[in-house]
Amino acid sequence: MAHIPEGVLSAPVLITGALVTTAAVAYAIRKLDYERLPQAAVLAACFFVASLVAVPAGPSSVHLLLNGLMGLMLGWLAVPALLVALLLQAVFFGFGGLLVLGVNCLNIALPALLSYYLVSPWLNKALLANNRRQLFMSGMVAGAIGVAGTGALVCLALVLTGPQYLAAGKIILVTYLPLLVVESLITGAIVGFVAKVAPELLQRQLPQPLVAEESHATN
Amino acid sequence: MTSFSLQHQALEPSWFAALDPRTRLLAAVFFTLSALCLSALWPLIALLALALLLTILLGCQWRLIIKRLLAFEGFMVLVVLFLPFTVAGKPWFAIAGMEASYQGVIQALVILLRGNAVVLALLALVGSMEPVKLGYALAGLGIPEKLVQLFMMTVRYIGVLFDEHQRLRTAMKARAFVAGSNWHTWRSYGHLLGMLLVRSMERAQRISGAMRCRGFNGKFHLLTPVKWHRRDTAVLTLAVLLFLLPLEWQWWQYGF
Repeated sequence: MAHIPEGVLSAPVLITGALVTTAAVAYAIRKLDYERLPQAAVLAACFFVASLVAVPAGPSSVHLLLNGLMGLMLGWLAVPALLVALLLQAVFFGFGGLLVLGVNCLNIALPALLSYYLVSPWLNKALLANNRRQLFMSGMVAGAIGVAGTGALVCLALVLTGPQYLAAGKIILVTYLPLLVVESLITGAIVGFVAKVAPELLQRQLPQPLVAEESHATN
Repeated sequence: MTSFSLQHQALEPSWFAALDPRTRLLAAVFFTLSALCLSALWPLIALLALALLLTILLGCQWRLIIKRLLAFEGFMVLVVLFLPFTVAGKPWFAIAGMEASYQGVIQALVILLRGNAVVLALLALVGSMEPVKLGYALAGLGIPEKLVQLFMMTVRYIGVLFDEHQRLRTAMKARAFVAGSNWHTWRSYGHLLGMLLVRSMERAQRISGAMRCRGFNGKFHLLTPVKWHRRDTAVLTLAVLLFLLPLEWQWWQYGF
């Protein structure tokens, strides 16, 4: 539901979205060194696969966005990673389109960055204190920021196109509510799990050790 | 266990499969542009017919196309459902005291037609292409190298991680896991995805190591560089002219 189809939005909205996304991706790409390329790619693939999973929520099911978590784990690199995942979804699954890609990327990447800036410091503190409750809570908030932010931005894009979309935007916001609940709970569980199993993945600005001895021919 | 493929299988004619991937991507962009410029009903129907013709001509399988169309129709219906009632204009009919305007219905139809035509054309032109070829097309169109490499590696690892995910799901099933709307399910999914993330990151570190020990210096070599032939120019010109036809019709008949 986070993908606005082609042909709905007006030209100014499309162009603004494309320009802002281009600028953000250009900035993030400058930061992406070749050391972290596999990491970003594998995480982008991981989030793509996670978005295919239908999670039961009440009478129907939802597909996770996980952009809040992606922001926590990748920071600025979440922007190009999301762009790639969204391009694949547009071209091969028909979600969104080529010209609306900029807006869709912005709608999903901006909340990811927001959760990175707002939640990461809190998460780091919780990791240091090894406080299970705080860890779960910070994950929950990151998930909630991701979904609520995306919902609000989708709505905003529609309303900026024309006031006649206000009613549709409100309905779409309501459809985000079950996702908001499920995603924040699941993100909380994910953060709790990762903090227990591999806490180094969540720590920000911690150099990732490159273990050359572990390289296998299967890669 | 089923292995995962992004692209849908199409029985493409050989001349089409031999085209430069950039031609297909650019044709899809031009189709989208033409669709966005159209706002009259009949030319849009012509464009949709053109998209249908493309899916048939390029040998797409209807079952797959319809499945993908249905998945996107949900949002589409939500977007246009209220347009008849919110667009001001000549009243046409009323439901539960809300008046629907003629202009609103037309606008809803226009958006439905536009969206469907674009998705059909995109799936037909690009959706049946191997993802790696799409990466070559992006590289050939001047997309920054790092972004293309990110794209290529993501495509590679989607298949691997999908299998990993299936394995974990099978393990859960073997332990009698049944999904429902409850905290147990959501926590279990959280742990499943968390495990997937942890394993992905371990894999990423192994890949980094493997790339390093093979002397990766920031340059990937594309195995088959894309090559622009004269037939690509011809096909692209023809396609653009074809996609412009409804636009010209709109221009002459409706004057905008």
